[in-house]
Amino acid sequence: MQRALSIDPGKCTGCLQCELACSFEHTGLFNPSRSVIRVFTFHEEGRFVPYTCTQCAEAWCLQACPVDAIAINAATGAKEINEATCVGCKVCTIACPFGTVNYSQATGKVVKCDLCGGDPQCAEACPTQAITFVDADQTGLERMRHWAVKTDAAAHA
Amino acid sequence: MHFLVAGGGPAGVTACETLRRLDPAAEITLLCGEPGEPYGRMAIPYYLIGNIDAEGTRLRKRHGYWEGLGIPLRHDRIASLVPDRDQVILEGGERLDFDRLLIATGAHPVSPPIPGIDLPGVVHCWTLEDAHAIAERADEGSKVVLMGAGFIGCIILESLVKRGVRLSVIEQGPRMVPRMLDEVAGGMLQAHCESQGVRVLTGTRAESIAESGGRLAVATSQGEIPADLVIVATGVRSNTGFLDGSGVDCDQGVLVDEHLESSRAGVFAAGDVAQGPDLLGGNRQVHAIQPTAVEHGRIAALNMAGQGARYPGSLNMNILDTLGLVSVSFGNWEGGGEHQTLSLDSRDAGRYLKLVFDDQDRLRGAIAVGHTEKVGILRGLIQSRRPLRGWRERLQRDPTRIAEAYVGAIEASA
Repeated sequence: MQRALSIDPGKCTGCLQCELACSFEHTGLFNPSRSVIRVFTFHEEGRFVPYTCTQCAEAWCLQACPVDAIAINAATGAKEINEATCVGCKVCTIACPFGTVNYSQATGKVVKCDLCGGDPQCAEACPTQAITFVDADQTGLERMRHWAVKTDAAAHA
Repeated sequence: MHFLVAGGGPAGVTACETLRRLDPAAEITLLCGEPGEPYGRMAIPYYLIGNIDAEGTRLRKRHGYWEGLGIPLRHDRIASLVPDRDQVILEGGERLDFDRLLIATGAHPVSPPIPGIDLPGVVHCWTLEDAHAIAERADEGSKVVLMGAGFIGCIILESLVKRGVRLSVIEQGPRMVPRMLDEVAGGMLQAHCESQGVRVLTGTRAESIAESGGRLAVATSQGEIPADLVIVATGVRSNTGFLDGSGVDCDQGVLVDEHLESSRAGVFAAGDVAQGPDLLGGNRQVHAIQPTAVEHGRIAALNMAGQGARYPGSLNMNILDTLGLVSVSFGNWEGGGEHQTLSLDSRDAGRYLKLVFDDQDRLRGAIAVGHTEKVGILRGLIQSRRPLRGWRERLQRDPTRIAEAYVGAIEASA
């Protein structure tokens, strides 16, 4: 059974431990600006919403890549960037309707959530269980996965 | 069942893969008009810089990939489509019968009809072969004139500068990338290029090219520009010539319906050659971009295999990185009519954001310069037609909160 990140914004306190853990895992530095999970703050409602790639079935980024630099990790189901192959053209960053593939000025490549190879550090670091790593069909992420994707509605057989 | 796919670009390749997945036993033939394995034109700028070799431009990297799929690559093109039977005649002379045909033959660059346009040293930048020719001549210190500051011109501009050439850009339109960026964004791009030592002449027409003693000179409405190499990037046109008299209706490209099928049953079209439904409505459009090519290829293949897939239409979008300045645009960024435009012009800080909404607070188009973070949400918002009610005032004060508005809207619908 593959697992997925489950996000419960109601439990998020905005501590940003997830952003720190993510950036450390991927860059070796505690630098939230290089985290691929981002906590949105809604001051008006006093709410915090962690936001990252849902590893959507449509895989818009993978489909759009002109050089075959994005592949599905068979073990985790994550769509992963192959840095050695990525040329930095950024087509995936406009193709992804969730905005969760982004260009990194620092590396000249794109970056996205790779589920840390099956042990996501954001979930590990979250002190309130707002982010957990659970069986994929329990996440309720399906609603989000299908939220923005109407162009392609008929495209999967 | 024989599926014939003409064109080894992203549309043709995606169609072949989809067909194979749907029908493991079918005979599938992929006609490639260019030598070698299918490659991506989007990778050409990185080839020109030298970041990747020719192999790095390939659309699929695994060795033996096509053999593994049981899809032979044939290096040939269609010379004509026989009007009264499902058969094509190849340029090589052979006749091939098909049950379903996908026209994914892409586009070709066009040249302005000016004297000297056929001189040696005047080249296009469209194919990998063109890129070889440019790489051979565009040496450090050489003088290069780039005719056309459209998307293709601008996407190779940075690689030319990185090769150390002395670059002049001539654009007939009033600004750079006039079909992708508005006046503010195009102006920012021009100022940025000029600050990096590129000479940019907008509103300027090339009138002729002359050769003397191995050197070229481009005569323009703003005077003469010497050159060692002239790159012509003044636009492309769909490859539909071979369809004359075939019963396939063409306009700017092959006219296709919401199933990507042409006026002739069993003949489909995808990618740069296809003129199909526009997600934002109105007339059918040629959206010659990578994401559309891939979507077209997949949906055409579903229909070729009888799956009855409907395509709601393509969304025009582009992203450019020009000497470090990243610009993107989506959909109907011109605005006007009943549309409401919110913009934040921080051009001195290298940033600009323009959002175009309809009268129901739904995003219809956008331009962003200097913003790279989460730009994909602009597509998500346009495509999902999600109204951003309740966000209007906040976005009026600060349009850069659009990502927040998007996440907020997902939350609200959860």
